[in-house]
Amino acid sequence: MTALSPQIENPPGLPPRLQLSGITKSYPGVVANSGISLAVQPGEIHAVLGENGAGKSTLMKIIYGSVKPDAGSVAMDGKPVTVRNPHEARVLGISMVFQHFSLFDTLTVAENVWLGLDKHLSLAEVSARIEQTTQAYGLQLDPGRPVHTLSVGERQRVEIVRALLTHPKLLILDEPTSVLTPQAVENLFVTLRQLSAQGCSILYISHKLHEIRALCTACTVLRGGKVSGVCDPRQESNASLSRLMIGAEPPALEHREVRAGAVVLEVKQLDLQKEEQFGVDLHQVALQVRAGEVVGIAGVSGNGQKELLYALSGEDTRAAADAIHVKGEAVGKRGPRGRRELGLHFVPEERLGRGAVPSLSLARNLLLTRKEAVGKSGWLNRSALQAQAARIIAEYKVKTGGPQSVAKSLSGGNLQKFIMGREIDAKPELLIVSQPTWGVDVGAATQIRGEILKLRDAGCAVLVVSEELEELFDICDRLYVMAKGQLSPSLPRADATVELVGQWMSGLWSPGAHPAETTQTANTMEASA
Amino acid sequence: MKLEVRPQPSSFWSYASPLLALLITVLIGVALFIALGKDPVKGLQVFFWEPIKSPYAIGELLVKATPLLIIALGLAVFFRSNVWNIGAEGQFVIGAIAAGGVALLADKSTGPWIIPAILLAGVMGGMVWAGITALLRDRFNANEILVSLMLVYVADMVLNYLVFGPWKDPNGYNFPQTKTFEVVTQIPRLMQGSRVNIGIVLALLGVAGLWLFLFRTHAGFRHEVSGLAPAAARYAGFSSRRALWLALLTSGGAAGLAGALEVAGPIGQLTPYVPVGYGFAAIIVAFVGRLHPVGVVFSAILMSMFYIGGELAQSRLGLPKSITGVFQGLLLFSLLACDTLIAYRFKLAKPITMPVATPPSTDVLKGAN
Repeated sequence: MTALSPQIENPPGLPPRLQLSGITKSYPGVVANSGISLAVQPGEIHAVLGENGAGKSTLMKIIYGSVKPDAGSVAMDGKPVTVRNPHEARVLGISMVFQHFSLFDTLTVAENVWLGLDKHLSLAEVSARIEQTTQAYGLQLDPGRPVHTLSVGERQRVEIVRALLTHPKLLILDEPTSVLTPQAVENLFVTLRQLSAQGCSILYISHKLHEIRALCTACTVLRGGKVSGVCDPRQESNASLSRLMIGAEPPALEHREVRAGAVVLEVKQLDLQKEEQFGVDLHQVALQVRAGEVVGIAGVSGNGQKELLYALSGEDTRAAADAIHVKGEAVGKRGPRGRRELGLHFVPEERLGRGAVPSLSLARNLLLTRKEAVGKSGWLNRSALQAQAARIIAEYKVKTGGPQSVAKSLSGGNLQKFIMGREIDAKPELLIVSQPTWGVDVGAATQIRGEILKLRDAGCAVLVVSEELEELFDICDRLYVMAKGQLSPSLPRADATVELVGQWMSGLWSPGAHPAETTQTANTMEASA
Repeated sequence: MKLEVRPQPSSFWSYASPLLALLITVLIGVALFIALGKDPVKGLQVFFWEPIKSPYAIGELLVKATPLLIIALGLAVFFRSNVWNIGAEGQFVIGAIAAGGVALLADKSTGPWIIPAILLAGVMGGMVWAGITALLRDRFNANEILVSLMLVYVADMVLNYLVFGPWKDPNGYNFPQTKTFEVVTQIPRLMQGSRVNIGIVLALLGVAGLWLFLFRTHAGFRHEVSGLAPAAARYAGFSSRRALWLALLTSGGAAGLAGALEVAGPIGQLTPYVPVGYGFAAIIVAFVGRLHPVGVVFSAILMSMFYIGGELAQSRLGLPKSITGVFQGLLLFSLLACDTLIAYRFKLAKPITMPVATPPSTDVLKGAN
């Protein structure tokens, strides 16, 4: 099952489309890739699976020519090649769709595509070819629309169409589904299968096991910069794949009956104009979080979550005072410090630069939200601060040199554990967490989710905003879905299915359901309390 | 050789970089002396030995270092919050004017209370001038770099208007200057035979005060965060407007105080030659001192050497006085270049073939060979 050599039947006589042997690349202090070999057959959808930091991105950049390997060789269709830059990669028939799009918001679809192509075509010709391609693959896209009016799924389509116009022999997709609704993922898969049937090989990079099992016909698993296994994902289970990926199975989370108490956070008719040009207006957002429950907000990023969180944390105080109540007090006009005094603590999605100051020590970073080591007239008690930091580091198993290590020297997962620890240690009555396990390795993610549940059991109200549906289904008692700046009615965990939530993620919930359903849910909660 | 990003910024180089920059400045200086046909040893002597060879010389060194130190301390606070006041020269001039105005009120019967009044007037003058920048930035989002710089020229004009006009000494043979201040307004000197006055004490108190503020108070922490990570300051609920006002008023007040100490100290009257560029030189002092209160002490002394050395070079070596500016510029330039080494390191660009499955530590050793 986990043999280290590719065991996929070669079509007779055809060399692999792409063959990597012994690829090694090290950065100062890290070996990102160590002796990686990989073979992709013509027309194959080949998954590259691994945790954050396993070396997937480096490997793809090597194939695409934007990073030079220290050792190893690359062959296309049996012929050794040296890819010195992305331009040479495109000439060889390799195209890549990046995780973060490189599109100009103010230009139209056609203009954006045109920018990436050879200059001998006119804009009209490019538009015509876009229409041909979109029709051939059943992708809906209007070449004349400005990009800033497109949804995230549509923007990805622009990137894919741009890649397809070069008639690639090998298409690389880096975490393509992280921004898509489940329905949009299905549509993407249809396109990819069609491409593969026409003989285009696809390298599909992901850490989502169920997608890989549904789509791919071969899979190379990376762990710590090395190949930890090659398999046919259709023959594997989630458990066996995650064993290959992390070396162990994550322990299951314990779930307890919810005993929701008093309403701690209440948002009523929150309307907010966007602050930035390409932000999202919030429209009539209403939600409730009670003591002792975890409430999740699902949705594709960029649908107003960022704006809502700014308004909830107090970083944005433009909301009406009585649009937001914490423990019965109208706090819409209070800043973060005023809300913290009421027991509201917040863990933002950006850890470096917002949740922590990169160049300051962990101990000093405590001072952002904690005042225990600050004396009466504002003097700092440094030994108390050190001790407090050391205690949080030990309690939340943060791997670091100690309280004096600067925040940016920590890995994403460890910094997140420290920030979570800092806020949980403050004994919050309401904890708001955005993307709790974004970019965090599986072990740390399990620990963080466990901490959230422990906090709930201790009677804290928790609001979690996440892109990962699986995570929300794991830890939440109730869900809302955010789409286009609006919030869906509340949905008990038991009634939530991927299909339903996916449908709501595109904004399709029945508008009449709102008041009745929340009351109903609230009543159910009260009954169970 | 190529530059390579360090995994972590080097703390060694953040201290070594100013020293290396000084070395490079000296080397270029030597080349400059040779090119000008002067004896480089004598040239270096003028800059680095003459200013410290006698107690009197050291006193003069401190007289020049004091205003630089006071202004640079204020600027260090300022730059740490990532707002850019480059108009300290103007705040220095207005502080000097305000202090001079108070000093002119004194007559034969005035008591020693006039000294604190003069210093206070200087501080207030500098604060008001910096406050204009803060207000325009706060209310209208005007660029503080441009506003503070332009206000320097306005301040110079105000000074010229006063000494050529209403404040001109009637018995001064029509020279553009005020009358010489009364003796009672003279900033008390520390000892006989030296022009060093209590300004140096105030400056050193400022060093201690700033150090305590930055590293031992929550207010200092809040101030620093607003410069290092504005989003984190917003997240924590620290007011960026407060940081802006605090920064501008502190650095304006400090520059104004330096102005007061100059006119009521070594100069003793207002003339068009009050501004000699201390406000601009202090920017270099603040950076060479790593925006650290203690570091600024050393860089202020170094910059003071350049001032004195420049004057001596004029009389001893027959070089133009602008050699001071050349050295200041060289120092800042080499510092900026050397600071690259904090985040980057040099690596020999030999082709390195790494055996697969060798632990990274040995690879690094091989790379160094």
